[in-house]
Amino acid sequence: MSDGERRDIGSKLSFDRSRPGRTAVTLPDCDVPLAAMPPPSLLRDDLPLPEMSQPEIVRYFTNLACLNYSVDTGFYPLGSCTMKYNPKLHEDLARLPGFAQAHPLQPAETVQGALALMHDLQSFLAEITGMEATSLGPAAGAHGELTSILMIRAFLESRGESRRTVLVPDSAHGTNLASVSTAGFRALSIASDARGNTDLAALAEALDDDVAALMLTLPNTLGLFDQNIVEISAIVHAKGAQLYCDGANLNALLGQAKIGDLGFDVVQMNLHKTFSTPHGGGGPGAGPVAVKGHLAPFLPSPVVARDAGKGYLVEEPERSIGKMGAFHGNFGVMVRAYAYIRSLGVAGLREVSENAVLNANY
Amino acid sequence: MYSPYVPNTDADRRAMLGRIGVASVDALFDDIPAHCRNPGLTLPPPLSEPELVRELTQMAARNRSVVEMPCFLGAGAYRHFIPSVVDHMVRQGAFATAYTPYQPEISQGTLQSIFEFQSLVCELTGMDVANAGMYDGASALAEACLMAVRITGRERLALLSTVNPSYQRVVRTYAEGHALPVDVMTPDEAALSEKHACLVVQQPNFLGYLEDVAALDRRAHDAGALYVVVPEPISLGMFRPPGEYGADIVVAEGQPLGNPLSFGGPYVGLFAARQQFVRQMPGRLVGRTKDVEGKTGYVLTLQTREQHIRRERATSNICTNEQLCALAATVYLCAMGKQGLRKVAELCYHKAHYAAERIAALPGYSLPLAGTQTGRQFFQEFVVRCPRPPREVNAALLERGIIGGLDVSELVEGGMLLCVTETNSREEIDALVDALRGIRA
Repeated sequence: MSDGERRDIGSKLSFDRSRPGRTAVTLPDCDVPLAAMPPPSLLRDDLPLPEMSQPEIVRYFTNLACLNYSVDTGFYPLGSCTMKYNPKLHEDLARLPGFAQAHPLQPAETVQGALALMHDLQSFLAEITGMEATSLGPAAGAHGELTSILMIRAFLESRGESRRTVLVPDSAHGTNLASVSTAGFRALSIASDARGNTDLAALAEALDDDVAALMLTLPNTLGLFDQNIVEISAIVHAKGAQLYCDGANLNALLGQAKIGDLGFDVVQMNLHKTFSTPHGGGGPGAGPVAVKGHLAPFLPSPVVARDAGKGYLVEEPERSIGKMGAFHGNFGVMVRAYAYIRSLGVAGLREVSENAVLNANY
Repeated sequence: MYSPYVPNTDADRRAMLGRIGVASVDALFDDIPAHCRNPGLTLPPPLSEPELVRELTQMAARNRSVVEMPCFLGAGAYRHFIPSVVDHMVRQGAFATAYTPYQPEISQGTLQSIFEFQSLVCELTGMDVANAGMYDGASALAEACLMAVRITGRERLALLSTVNPSYQRVVRTYAEGHALPVDVMTPDEAALSEKHACLVVQQPNFLGYLEDVAALDRRAHDAGALYVVVPEPISLGMFRPPGEYGADIVVAEGQPLGNPLSFGGPYVGLFAARQQFVRQMPGRLVGRTKDVEGKTGYVLTLQTREQHIRRERATSNICTNEQLCALAATVYLCAMGKQGLRKVAELCYHKAHYAAERIAALPGYSLPLAGTQTGRQFFQEFVVRCPRPPREVNAALLERGIIGGLDVSELVEGGMLLCVTETNSREEIDALVDALRGIRA
């Protein structure tokens, strides 16, 4: 690609680079007798896909990549979303054939390694957040938010309550409100006080019998740890509502405090933020949810359990809200997050939060 | 220091604390209530790089992958040949470690690749507009159903019983939040009313067979419902695309396009629709425009649908598009191209039919759903009726080093759903046939 072409790469898409007869792959001949083809009425006439040679594809996409700014190219001081280095080693580990080439419906006895990894990651995340049970099913942070609200709904309904409002601070990321609506609830915004903390008076006023939960990001989107958290938890629970933590900023709390100890009932985590898996320019991430015991029966499938006789197996909690995706969640992302936690250990995780908070304050 | 990923030295930290006038790092956490501070964690001790490699390699080796053993499982996740060039493009740091493209001036690579993806999805499905991608095919279907409810103002969903049961469950989970009733009906009896927002049809269906999509199109539209079609993307290399038979919304699992099985994820959902519905679509859309210098550029568009602008009035809460999986699909489709994708589809078709024919000739085995008439033709998956419970047949196959099909005996008596793709060699298929011959009633 010449300098000129590179400068105006956007003007030519793959279809503009296509020439009839070019190809980028070789495929084997058919090694079985040919079957009768279906009637022409079922078949398509034209398949309008580009025709490119392999070097053209490599140059085109490599030059596209060069137009991106990324963690690998430089410092990424973005608020609201933790950006950190994505270890190269983890890319190799997620591609080990035993992980990358396992079919999700294989018999459990043939995927004990993958299930063991999921089981241990569930335990690590529960330990880090001070919760009792984890589901790795949700595919992204917002997916975890939706999952959590659906679980709260199911929990409240099991107690014969049909509350339909979720409170969200005005500083919250827009996904919180959108997740609330996607789950069929009404979102109500709560004011912040002059210091950026939740306004306790406003909260007390808004907390009526229709409120199912308060969704709080901690530290919040302004970067502040809400100093009223103990009072907030007391007020919310006294009114029979649940306290939900958006764990988008969990990075700042690793080993410093546990979400569960602070009074939260459920937390969603973003493996692509706190646990170093690549953002990918928009995914894939993963948004596991961890909960206190009373919400555990409502977790979505899958939850991986360990059985003394059978080893690891995929289970569905007794009153599960159901399934949030076709299979077991974003397993490839889980491998990377597992590797991160195993490589750092407790001291390493604490070092992460200490340095993140020091750097931000500096 | 413990982590190779943190650049600050102890001296750096002391200097930084001095500059901000704070006595210790610990003091920076004073806002946390004292009784919750430093809770103590119990995790396994840290591992060095070589130790971690050994540990994870051993864990991976406890899985018996489809590389090691012939595998005839499909049912929503498919093993296909992935050209090496796909992963080489996807793992480039500037793609893999970029943030989500909210700042177009530093995200043109990602944005242009998404525009490519959307264009290719439109060509493949025959639809007018496609979004940047969804979590997976199942959640894309759930979002399509919610979209149909928004468009029609109707509050019942209709799904064919031949839609992947796992997809049906995801639709139910999402529908539960909005208290939307879900009606499941067989293809022959699909009867819609003026209360139904959509009819959902999978093509080929969960059991591998081709539905009479033209008749179902009429059934949906006669009732004023939207027609939602869930095609298998490799099959679109040879079969008519849903845009040609009346689909209003098309969703699909994009994994077969260049993404490894990876034990079920990460995958990417394809989502396409007719132009008139674009403003009700969930997820991201990238558009093409000109910058101030007149050069072509790409931006997120119609963002008033999205949650960072519309908050609770957004069309969905989706703020990712599984971009690296979408990128893999993009590079895959460019690499396969017009000829390659058709050839892959035809290889799957011929090999699956070869396997089906040989298995049907075995004593005790039959193809209860197959035939030449409408609704009885298949692409790469088919149901075999086994002489013994499929669970036992699978156990016997596993002893012979073969991963059999999915037990669908709850749907078809004695049924096993087998999938054969271009990655299954004739030797593998013959080995399966020989093994089945030895498993009798």
